[in-house]
Amino acid sequence: MDAALFLNWVRGTGLQIAVFVFLLGTVWRLFEIYSLGRKPDLAERRHVAGASGWHTILRRSVPIPGMMQRSGMTYIAGYTFHIGLGVVVFLFAPHIKLIQGLVGLSWPALPSQFVDLVAVVTLAAMLVVLADRIMKPVKRFLSTFEDWFTWAVTFLPVLTGYFAARHLLLPYTLMFSLHILSVELLLIVLPFTKLIHVFTVWPSRWFNGDASARKGVPI
Amino acid sequence: MSEKSGLLIENLERHGVSRRTFLKYCATLASLMALPPSAGRAFAEALGKVTRPSVIWLSFQECTGCTESITRSHAPTLESLIFDSISLDYHHTLQAAAGSAAEAARQAAMKLNWGKYIVVVDGSIPMKDGGVYSTVAGISNHDMLMETAKGAAAIVSVGTCASFGGLPKAQPNPTGAVPVTDLVKDKPVVNISGCPPIPVAMTGVLAHYLAFGNLPELDKLGRPLAFFGETIHDRCYRRPFYDQGKFAKTFDDEGARKGWCLFELGCKGPVTYNACATVKWNDGTSFPIQSGHGCLGCSEPDFWDAGSFYRALSMPADPLKVAATAVEIGAAVGVAAAVANRVRKSAAKAGHETATLVDIEKERD
Repeated sequence: MDAALFLNWVRGTGLQIAVFVFLLGTVWRLFEIYSLGRKPDLAERRHVAGASGWHTILRRSVPIPGMMQRSGMTYIAGYTFHIGLGVVVFLFAPHIKLIQGLVGLSWPALPSQFVDLVAVVTLAAMLVVLADRIMKPVKRFLSTFEDWFTWAVTFLPVLTGYFAARHLLLPYTLMFSLHILSVELLLIVLPFTKLIHVFTVWPSRWFNGDASARKGVPI
Repeated sequence: MSEKSGLLIENLERHGVSRRTFLKYCATLASLMALPPSAGRAFAEALGKVTRPSVIWLSFQECTGCTESITRSHAPTLESLIFDSISLDYHHTLQAAAGSAAEAARQAAMKLNWGKYIVVVDGSIPMKDGGVYSTVAGISNHDMLMETAKGAAAIVSVGTCASFGGLPKAQPNPTGAVPVTDLVKDKPVVNISGCPPIPVAMTGVLAHYLAFGNLPELDKLGRPLAFFGETIHDRCYRRPFYDQGKFAKTFDDEGARKGWCLFELGCKGPVTYNACATVKWNDGTSFPIQSGHGCLGCSEPDFWDAGSFYRALSMPADPLKVAATAVEIGAAVGVAAAVANRVRKSAAKAGHETATLVDIEKERD
């Protein structure tokens, strides 16, 4: 297929399919997860300082004492690439233009050169977490296909986006199309893999924290 | 058509083109095509010696815009004179002969120059329903192309229709139009795409062929790299505004008046390979973007079907059209899953058997 036609497909039909699956899957999964519910806890709620859903959200966002020494790379590279993804996705001018075109919302962008740098740092951090996963025997043992796969579908949009923006490796049209295609792949697999944590991470922490807090245990 | 003999250079001299002008033209052509300086001399020597190569011009499903562009580009350009100086033995628009005499001229030219003539094709070829949608003298375009191509040295597809199918091939392609390259596989074919193509791209290819006896380097779509090697966007004089993020939002706002980038108004420059931004049109006067309108992408395959001319490249074609349906179905599936989970939970609860200490003791025995 010609590059321009390919671009036309990924911008048209391809994106529609991806958005359809993404929205359908996300609504479905969230509905299913939160409708599971729990048995009503009939015991009286305890009140202990530092035990609540909100405390847990905060506490789980900082390393447990000692873990920074044992597994520092997980924290540093992990935080780096998560923040990097946020910057690249939501603070790059063309992405804001896209969101503005779709839903009308817009906000100031960061300079493209800075976003470029963030993209490189993000890619490097993702490679570090991958290497860490391969080299640490326990992590490797615990890893399933899903872990490798979700890493790849997250890595590809950043890589192709960077290449497209910098006109590297392939002609711009083709690279740009591959970038959109990789994002579509990400959108499609997101609701059905552990990537659903983009929606569930905070509610889950709150829920766990709250359930423990009822029993008087700060976690 | 009138004079069959005479060297090309003599013919040019008769039209008042001095040898110096001719040499300058050859040097310019060589540099345009990114050839070494020596190529200019080679051009001049070879072109000077050429004795009017026979060209058969086949017009199929086209609008004659390509012929208009090349013959009336700007009178009298050297392009048009070189064009005049080839032996154009068959051309619907330009030939004097009509009817069976015209067809006889084509047959005669083919016979006389078998294996040496150049076939220029202008327009796409209809394949549906036996090719009835376009015929010349009762011969379908397909049959005429295949017959004429047999004895050709090379084929030049002029314009996007001949190169990629163009407008006739636009969805739903009612005539089953195909480009030349879909049919002719055993001859060298050059695609000079564009709607219309840039005249110098065509004369450049002809000159290259006459001078060196082969075709210039082509891109993967069969277009001469010298003219189609870079995008309009990469060579656009408005590019700095793109890099600065300065865009015209409408055709009459401040940005448009200041000559800012037309990307958001649908310019297809970033994905269009052609030489408009450098060679320009009408004797180097201007090109679409310079006149305030975005590039349509006319030298790319299927540009008619590549979405609106006025929609920014970065803007997808309404992906949220399906959003409401997706959310509804998602919610429905979610509710169904929730119900199924509850049913399973209830069933597990109902099927639960209370085990007593006695039961366990029994099992142990």
